[in-house]
Order: sequence, then structure tokens, then C-alpha cells
Amino acid sequence: MNREDFPLLSEGVYLDSGATTQKPLSVIERIDRYYRHENANVHRGVYELSARATAAYEEARETVARFINANRDEVIFTRGTTESINLAAFSFAEPLLKPGDEILISHMEHHANIVPWQLLCERTGAHLKVIPIDRKGNLDRLALRLMMTEKTKLLSLTHISNVLGTVNPVKEIIAEAHKQGIPVLIDGAQAIGRMPVDVRDLDADFYAFSGHKMYGPTGIGILYGKKKQLERMRPYQSGGDMILRVTFEKTTWNEIPHKFEAGTPHIAGAIGLAEAVRYLRGIGMEKVEAHEAKLMSYALEKLGQIGGLEIIGSPEKRSGALAFTLGDAHPHDIAHELAMKNIAVRAGHHCAQPLMNFYKVPAATRMSLGLYNSREDIDILAQALPEIREKFRL
Amino acid sequence: MKDQELYQEMILDHYRNPRNCCSMADATHCAEGDNPLCGDHLEVFVKVDGKIIQEINFQGSGCAVSQASASMMTESLKGRTVEEALEVFDKVHVMLTGYHPDDESENNKSLGKLEALSGVAQFPIRIKCASLAWHTLKSALKQEEEPVSTE
Repeated sequence: MNREDFPLLSEGVYLDSGATTQKPLSVIERIDRYYRHENANVHRGVYELSARATAAYEEARETVARFINANRDEVIFTRGTTESINLAAFSFAEPLLKPGDEILISHMEHHANIVPWQLLCERTGAHLKVIPIDRKGNLDRLALRLMMTEKTKLLSLTHISNVLGTVNPVKEIIAEAHKQGIPVLIDGAQAIGRMPVDVRDLDADFYAFSGHKMYGPTGIGILYGKKKQLERMRPYQSGGDMILRVTFEKTTWNEIPHKFEAGTPHIAGAIGLAEAVRYLRGIGMEKVEAHEAKLMSYALEKLGQIGGLEIIGSPEKRSGALAFTLGDAHPHDIAHELAMKNIAVRAGHHCAQPLMNFYKVPAATRMSLGLYNSREDIDILAQALPEIREKFRL
Repeated sequence: MKDQELYQEMILDHYRNPRNCCSMADATHCAEGDNPLCGDHLEVFVKVDGKIIQEINFQGSGCAVSQASASMMTESLKGRTVEEALEVFDKVHVMLTGYHPDDESENNKSLGKLEALSGVAQFPIRIKCASLAWHTLKSALKQEEEPVSTE
């Protein structure tokens, strides 16, 4: 649906929205308009232009906040999901951790939700514990229950797996964690553009996501944090904009969320992201979710019929991503041949090497959906695959 | 130019029937190479006697380009001196990366059958697939003073 809103889609079949989504014309034009008519630094200038830029930037924060049902001062602009998680690790988790404490993540995490915690554990002497998954790609809920103890200081979990497409029941899991007083961070990179997200309903302490995976620009992302958590957190980076008063003896921090936004922010990015939110609201996230769900069932059926094609995992609920292997063909050869037919998919380990090791595949081919994909895209992909399988048969 | 077929018949042939694809118990040099991003993994084994490469084998897993490149490498270097092998390495490097476009055609022609790999240069993302075996070989040969024994 709405394919005609995306200028770049005329170039072929795009099935790599899990990596980044294409941008609708409204977002592209909004960024263009900002640089032509509104560009100035924010929170500083007295002149009209700066006031306009500041208003647009803060309005963007408000738009994003409403989109996820948060308060505006709970929405921190970052460079993306990766920086959001790093911010939470440094400013929230690190001061809480003592040697022997534990952080929980799952076996299906993206490297962005593994490595920051590993480094944090190295710095603090805490331990990183990994919640197992079953062969189908579902989280082992029983193991999770047993792993949550008084040593657990944080649970950091993906909402949707970028490889398996597993949709984790994060609302239930957050409730279980909270019963034991464990705060929860959700990596929402793959979920935010695919389903309605209500951080208050989920009761997440933190929710991290990127603009570019929800039809907005790259280089801008969000860390949502509950006000009570943000207020007790130390700043992340330091410099201008995040301070109230600076003397050489002592500096006092600005209010949240500005305390976490040092330096001139990515103003155009924030404004572009807000435009992407308006675009998604115009369609309705329920509609996006339903459209992709229908398309995913179709893809599972269609690709499932191809001889020699093995779909990785079969989670209870799947959204967005479908990774597969195909006969003897290596994913790079598959993706290359598809590229020659103007079909874009991802090949490799998908920044989830521990997950790939679990399934004992060094690499896989992944197709992932965006709201603009259609049955025709799946048909074109499915049609191309048998020939590729034969070409690389050993 | 991108419509040039990357998978020349010769590449597919080496991919399907890799030459010298097994380990070597009495190698004088060996090394392992990885492309972590692709999950490709290769081991190269060389037996050098009197500066001559008497035997050269490889084993590992990866895409058709990386497997074929490794197989073609072993075929083309067997019986040549270490010095010659390193010269071929340099020429292959130029061919794959196209760093010296002026004498590129001369350079590639002098490589004989290996020229079948020249199509890789158009696909920057695949250069490391084709060069993995060669870099692994170079690191094996560099351990000249201290032969590495296989397990």
C-alpha cells in the first residue's frame, strides 16, 4: 500500500526494510523545507529564525511523545537505537551495578543490545546472563522466570527479532520483571514502524528506537525513559545545551530531557522524524500491522513451497523479518543474483552472530517487509529463487 | 557495466569441483582467514621445499566467489616459488581492487586463468570474498622463518 508515496521504490523490489526503510516524499520535502526556510540553532538565538527552529524541534519531540503515549520530557533524541542503548547503559545501569550483579538479555538480540552490556559488565564486574530461546525462536519464558533474581539489575530485550521476526510478549514480561523490582529496557528498533507502541501500556522503563526504520531519516533516534528513572540518571555526554549554569568550580545540569542532549542536536533529523510519525499516523499503525501480517503469511506460504528453502525459526508470532537458507547456495551468492534482478534483500549474519551460531548457520538471506510491499514483491522474489538454487547446486 | 556476469563458467566450475580442497598433515606453512561479516572461513596449507611451493591446499566454507578464488589460487600457485606467489598476490590485489586502472588490462592478462575473477572489481562488496584466500595465503607465507605445523 501507499507505494507511490516513496520515490525510490520505482527502482525495483525493496525487501530490506529491516535494515532501513525507504522515505516518503513528505519526509524528504519536510527536511528540504527545514534547510531552506527554518535552519538556525535551537535553544539559543533571540531572532525569529532560531525561535522557529526551536519550536519545530520541540514540536517534533511532542509529536514523537504522543506517538508512543509518553510525556514530552521523557523523549530523548539520540543518533539511533544503538546510542539509545549506550545511553541507558552508561547513565542508568552503570551507577547501579556492583560486582556480581546481573544484566539479562536474550539469545535473539542484535549486537546493539549485546555489546554495550558486555562492555558495561567489564567496567563494573557485573555478569551478562543470556535467556535461552527454543528452536522455533521463542523466548524460553520458564528460564527467564528462573533467571530473574535479586542480583538482576536490568532486563534488556528486543521487541521484535531482526532475524527471526519473533514478536516477544514484552508487556507480560515487563509485568513479571516489575513484580521482582527489575527495570526493563525494550529494543524497539524493529517494532516501532510495524505495530502500535504504547510505552505506558507496556510499562517499559526504557524503549529505544531509530528514526530510519520508521520511514524517517538516519542519524536520529529516541530513548524513551520513565520520568522517575530519567531524573535520577547522570548525564551521558557533556557540553553545551545540557547545562543550566557553568562555572569553573561547578556545573548544574539542565532539566530532562535536555540533560541528555549535549551539543547542537540533529534538528533536521528530529523534524524529519516527526514528519514520518505524521505519515504513519495518517495511515494508522493498526493498518500497517494488519497489512504486514497478511503479507507475512503470504510470504511464509509462498517461500515455504520452494524446494530446498528452509525458513529459520517458526515463532508463535512473527513480524517483519523472514530469514532463510536455500539449498547449497551461499546467502551472498543469492543476494547477488537477486540484486542483478533489482531485488534488494540482506545477506550475512544480520548483526546477530550468537543467534546465527544457535541455528548453526554462518549466514542467511533475509527478506524484511515495509508498509509499501505487496504480494507482487513476494511473487517476484519467490519466482527468482529456484533458478538461483540450481545455479549454485553442488 | 554491472550486467557483466560475475559467475563465469570457470568460477562455477571451481565452486562445484574445488581443486586441492583438503587439509595437509605435513604443511610447512598454514593460516586461517575469516570474513566475520559474511561468515566465510578458510584455512590455507602450503608445503614449501627449496623456496618452491610443492603443495598448496585449502578448506573452509563460504560463497561461490570465495571458494572458487581459493581453488583457482591453489591451482595457479602449485610449483611456483614463494617469491612468484607473492608477485601473483600483488597482481590479483590490483585486479580485484582496480587500484591501478592504467595498466589494469596488462596486469590482468598476465594472470592467465585467474582473470576470470576480474568481474569482482565491479562489485566492491564482494572484493573481500575473492581476496580472503589470497590474504590467508600471504599470512601463511609470512611465517617463513617459523614453520607452523598443523594439528
